[in-house]
Amino acid sequence: MKALHNMLDGLRPQFEEGGKLRRFWVVFDALETFAFTPGHVTKNGVHVRDGIDLKRTMFLVIVALLPALLFGTWNQGYQYHLSIGQADATLWENFAVGLWKVIPLIVVSYGVGLGIEFFFAGMRGHAINEGFLVSGMLIPLVMPVDVPLWMVAIAVAFAVVIAKEVFGGTGMNIINIALTARAFLFFAYPKQLSGEIWIHNIAATKAAGTAVDGYTGATALGHLANTVGKPMTDPEVTGIMSMFNDGAMFSFWNAFIGTIPGSIGETSALAILIGAAILIATGIGSWKIMASFLAGGLVMGFIFNGLALNAYMTLPPLHHIVLGGFMFGMVFMATDPVTAASTEAGKWIYGFLGGFFSILIRVFNPAYPEGVMMAILFVNVLAPLIDYYVIQASVNRRAKRVASRMAAA
Amino acid sequence: MPHTIRIRKGVDIRLAGAPAGGVQDAAAADVYAIQPPDFHGINPRVVVKPGDQVAAGDALFTDKAHDVLRVTSPVSGTVRDVVRGEKRRVLSVLVAPDSAAAARTWAPMDPGAADREALLARMLESGCFAFLRSRPYDVVPDPTVVPRAVFISGFHSAPLAPDMAVLLAGRMEDFQAGVTALGRMTSTGKVHIGVRAGDATYEVVKGVQTTAFEGPHPAGNVGVQIHHVEPLGKGELVWTMHPEDVANFGHLLRTGVYRPVRVVGAGGSEHPAPGYLRTLVGARVATLTGGAPASDSVRIISGDVLTGTQVSADGYLGAFAHGVVLLPEGRSPKFLLTSGWLGAGFDKFSVSRAFPTWLLPKSKTWRLDTNTNGEERALVVTGQYEQVFPFDLFPQHLVKSIIAHDLDGMERLGIHEVAPEDFALCEYVCTSKLPVQTLVREGLDTVKQEIG
Repeated sequence: MKALHNMLDGLRPQFEEGGKLRRFWVVFDALETFAFTPGHVTKNGVHVRDGIDLKRTMFLVIVALLPALLFGTWNQGYQYHLSIGQADATLWENFAVGLWKVIPLIVVSYGVGLGIEFFFAGMRGHAINEGFLVSGMLIPLVMPVDVPLWMVAIAVAFAVVIAKEVFGGTGMNIINIALTARAFLFFAYPKQLSGEIWIHNIAATKAAGTAVDGYTGATALGHLANTVGKPMTDPEVTGIMSMFNDGAMFSFWNAFIGTIPGSIGETSALAILIGAAILIATGIGSWKIMASFLAGGLVMGFIFNGLALNAYMTLPPLHHIVLGGFMFGMVFMATDPVTAASTEAGKWIYGFLGGFFSILIRVFNPAYPEGVMMAILFVNVLAPLIDYYVIQASVNRRAKRVASRMAAA
Repeated sequence: MPHTIRIRKGVDIRLAGAPAGGVQDAAAADVYAIQPPDFHGINPRVVVKPGDQVAAGDALFTDKAHDVLRVTSPVSGTVRDVVRGEKRRVLSVLVAPDSAAAARTWAPMDPGAADREALLARMLESGCFAFLRSRPYDVVPDPTVVPRAVFISGFHSAPLAPDMAVLLAGRMEDFQAGVTALGRMTSTGKVHIGVRAGDATYEVVKGVQTTAFEGPHPAGNVGVQIHHVEPLGKGELVWTMHPEDVANFGHLLRTGVYRPVRVVGAGGSEHPAPGYLRTLVGARVATLTGGAPASDSVRIISGDVLTGTQVSADGYLGAFAHGVVLLPEGRSPKFLLTSGWLGAGFDKFSVSRAFPTWLLPKSKTWRLDTNTNGEERALVVTGQYEQVFPFDLFPQHLVKSIIAHDLDGMERLGIHEVAPEDFALCEYVCTSKLPVQTLVREGLDTVKQEIG
């Protein structure tokens, strides 16, 4: 490794002030510090520093995403083979199809996002922050498998520039970047997003007539949205609801394991929970946000069960939370420390509202089948307000305590 | 039994090379330095020139705002030099001791009988007053303002910091005299001592309010103790003082001689002979490093590892330093897979659980180097400072308000209750590697300047 470091040292002058490649200093710096934690030493203040840095933190989030990524890759292949009636495809055949679709998404996401990051960092003359390491992985995982790559590129560019760089870059953004990319696609290309892109090649398969009978390729939430506004006894509604019974396509266990259509990383509650366990064990993700988010979703689910005004409302709360992006949003999106509430008390409120609104939007607004995305973006915007009131309450409490002591003296 | 307060937030960083054993006299230093930047809040007017003869207790410099506030020579001898830095800022006044010269003497005073004005005058004239700190702002206090109370932390909790019982061994009468005098200089007559739960060192001391503390560092920080005993209201002011300085003040009152003793805890993984050494304020640090050769690969810290100052091998002990710590410098780059951010991290100590070392027994001692373990970044992680900050305040929000120069925010978030040292652990754990203590110092200076 000495040799590699010596090589970098040799190249350095070219990138420093006056060097030929000065304007690419950011790139050099990012790559060098990627490979070697620099030999920077503390000055005054603390003389020793904790072992953790932002690279390690972000890397652990990527590790936590791996189960969802691996399962999602397999599942996309599995769904494809189901749609063409080859349910007996092997693990590797499923993986091959999944990789064929997922790798380009990841490449586009990182390529476009990091390109913009490098550009802005170079323009501002500061080092690359590691924030996009995670955003760049989250974005492919919340995409439908057949989304056109050019759409992804535009969505990433929009999200990085509008949601992040205009606010000052990593650490300064108000709303979650990956969700902004997803929301951008949703509002910019509603037709394509609600179309047949949830299963690889499903439109062509159907056109060729080789699709399995009755295989629509719609997601669970897409089906459920169709029940809204229709009486509970409508045969279409009962048909849809029967898909959520035990043993049916969207049964609780299928949704928990994740063998259902949906965005690449979101379908498997199990894989996401493994990720959650990693985030909580390492202390990187806030268990308070996850727990209160879950509680909020369940409470709203139970309220709907109690009301039971339409078929959608009768879906059991536990079933609700394993469908769609609820789990993925809870573990990887709501916990983004930059956009979440930053006070410990605020995190409870923030998480609860996020989960609560997720189910509320999902059931009440069939135009947005994916309520989680809207709900988290909404509580992202609310987070500073929550923090403000938490801090103000503490300020008032302290003032009162001091006042009572001074009055007693 | 004093009331016991349990501090839950914080962390003990166990470093190798803790000082132990009995106190030995350090070799006499050839030069002593009194460094004005140590006395934050004093704008120095140097009153000596190189070549002047001074006795221990003679003024070296005074405060431009208050002529009576003096910082005095720890030894009798000759002024060697007045060292100035940029913009002619005074960095240090050097005094070479000579064996013949006698210390200045005052008439002994009975602290229980003397009146406040006489005690204050004596404290100011001898230079003992300069070792007080005021809360808010953590500066040498304005001598014209009467404090509500005095707070003394009776123990150290910082990594490798010396055991206070060793520092005060045989000095309890001096300490008692100092405490009695300080109590008479406050408006309420109260002197608070925070002691380590179960520690009997201060049981003999009379006329104090004792509160016991248990828990990890920063339980020994006086700011933490004030916050838990009597949180400071807006417009209130208290003094704080280190027990050794209280004893030095008491010694002055009882004997009439100014002798600013330091029993220094010398340690750190690179210290050849960790132990306790008795010397005077401002001694040349080379007399305390146990003969370790000057080297680029070893850092000498005057003070503790979290709040101290980096000094060169020919540097001096800071006025408020009670330790000298030698740590390995960490200048070698770390390859990502072996010892960098992608590595397993069996050699990384962390308060977070991002490395497997959090599973190791808490008693393991570490040989940490001075590497920053990463570069400065924007603030991303939240809730991290809160884990090591035992105040009912919002540390990260306070730091952000300082960065944003938001005076109103700093006040609301309680900057008047804290000192930079209270943020030392926040700085240690910071994922984004921010210079938190420097920021807090800037914030305190800004608030003091704008609001007073």
